[in-house]
Amino acid sequence: MADRHPEPDSPALRARWGQFAWTGDNAARAQDIIARYPAGRQRSAVMPLLDLAQRQVGAEEQTQGWLPLPVMEFVARELAMPVIRVLEVATFYTMYNLAPIGRFHVQICGTTPCMLRGSDDIMAACKAKGLKKGHTTPDGLFTLTEVECMGNCASAPMVQINDDNYEDLTADSMTHILDELAAGRQPKTGTQAPGRHTVEPLGGPTTLVAMVSENHDYRGEW
Amino acid sequence: MALADKDRIFTNLYGYQPWNLPAARARGDWDNTKALIERGRDTIIQEMKDSGLRGRGGAGFPTGMKWSFMPKESRDGRPSFLVINADESEPGSCKDREILRHDPHKLIEGALVAGFAMGARAAYIYVRGEYIREAETLFAAVAEAYAAGLIGRNACGSGYDFDVFVHRGAGAYICGEETAMIESLEGKKGQPRLKPPFPAGAGLYGCPTTVNNVESIAVAPTILRRGPAWFASFGRDNNKGTKLFQISGHVEKPCVVEEEMSIPFKDLIERHCGGIRGGWDNLLAVIPGGSSVPLVPAAQIMDAPMDFDGLRAVGSGLGTAAVIVMDKSTDIVRAIARLSYFYKHESCGQCTPCREGTGWMWRVMERLRTGDAAIEEIDMLQQVTKQVEGHTICALGDAAAWPIQGLIRHFRPEIERRIHENAALREAAE
Repeated sequence: MADRHPEPDSPALRARWGQFAWTGDNAARAQDIIARYPAGRQRSAVMPLLDLAQRQVGAEEQTQGWLPLPVMEFVARELAMPVIRVLEVATFYTMYNLAPIGRFHVQICGTTPCMLRGSDDIMAACKAKGLKKGHTTPDGLFTLTEVECMGNCASAPMVQINDDNYEDLTADSMTHILDELAAGRQPKTGTQAPGRHTVEPLGGPTTLVAMVSENHDYRGEW
Repeated sequence: MALADKDRIFTNLYGYQPWNLPAARARGDWDNTKALIERGRDTIIQEMKDSGLRGRGGAGFPTGMKWSFMPKESRDGRPSFLVINADESEPGSCKDREILRHDPHKLIEGALVAGFAMGARAAYIYVRGEYIREAETLFAAVAEAYAAGLIGRNACGSGYDFDVFVHRGAGAYICGEETAMIESLEGKKGQPRLKPPFPAGAGLYGCPTTVNNVESIAVAPTILRRGPAWFASFGRDNNKGTKLFQISGHVEKPCVVEEEMSIPFKDLIERHCGGIRGGWDNLLAVIPGGSSVPLVPAAQIMDAPMDFDGLRAVGSGLGTAAVIVMDKSTDIVRAIARLSYFYKHESCGQCTPCREGTGWMWRVMERLRTGDAAIEEIDMLQQVTKQVEGHTICALGDAAAWPIQGLIRHFRPEIERRIHENAALREAAE
């Protein structure tokens, strides 16, 4: 099991987050989410609502966002479920941040397929930039986490930073991405290998070549 | 003989063309889906059985047969549900991601056809939380399908009402297990349920439910259009069809590619991956079906047919066809120890043998990696894997045990060498 602990309750935490409520846009989104599940089964919406709440906290703090206890209590009230059931979910799933976090959450995949393609070098490149596993840089910009397989194995090694993936990394491209983000610019997402489109073999696909230049309809050849 | 492009199902696999509805329609998706539905439930299920399609999520259960387990009609008013497993988290697996972001309409059309065949009221597509952009694409594709009247009330003008909802996970490998996925959909921790009852009897919200992998569902419309005989013309008996292979690790060009089932390992690598890094003599071992299956040494994998039976014959399995290739530069003990850490991290904590065993196995694996162990501990570790295997509610315990058993079976001399070397060093230091 992953060891995870929520940020302790405190008067300061209550003072900061006790009045948490949806913004206008998010209130509408929350209604849309709850409507996806059958009437009386609104508890199914707890995961998407926690995600929405984390994003709202992030937007207020200019970080990736996290879940203070009063925010979890708010979600529990919205769904008429006991707070402990919300806390259980928030602590079980690793994408919910249980403590304050940096502006950019740098999540390096370290599982075997990425390891074989050099994730150690990517980790070292982050270390050279002052990032440390499990910590946030003093300027609040970067939090570094080693995560388990992210499902980008054919374009490994990879890192997910907030909502975007950066694949086919080298130490140089990782350093470049961190520099760009620190400078307030958005680096190219997806594969970083020159000439690669997505997960075709580097240098061009060995199959479905006709699809490269046109939306080919193969039905005529059936 | 190589699979021809015209016989590939996922023609936009690499995303060179748009995923959206007009582009998908131009490629043949949603082409008179009403006619497929008008064939009727029994015909659709029979054709899926005849195609020989086995589930693409790892276990390889015949898809048509799975659909036939659903109740023909509701006697007590309970609706039925289709749950589509897009919680792709098995280390090495990266095929569903390409379907979600580049060919989502194949999945949505498949959901309608499969949902109709099993009498389901709605489908929930459970996408792993980390597939953030992929889920955005899927949400948008579902909205397109609703707007075009392809799903929802009177889907495709068929008279059948069918909803498709997307549900995002939040980072738990275990939710790929079907009953854990149902728990998670109900808003709980993703801890597997005891079976029976099986989901086809009591699944999501206590209603009859079938859980299918993304790839199994997404290939269904093409199978129905081209006929079961077409699909069954690929691969060996009992291993029919085409399959998305995902090759990672030490090949020259890692990639995802759709190929014929039963393609020999060497052909797969030569044809699409530019060979093994450093040549074929440099191949050490292969994990042919995702992290949960035992590794296979180079000599045995070379000519093995890449299918369910062919890989079982070499003591492993096809799993999700996630092929992790390791050349001779690999620290093989570390490669497997890292998988042990993965299972320790992802154990849901419900069953004691798994919760405690995965941590125990990882700690011993770490000592074997450095050689800081006694020779007897190799057998002790083997015994512990046997005590975890088969003694848990779900297969995560088995999945944690098998890679270690494979390592001990094939690389025991390497483990012993490290222990002896470490002992000699310590002796010299004294």
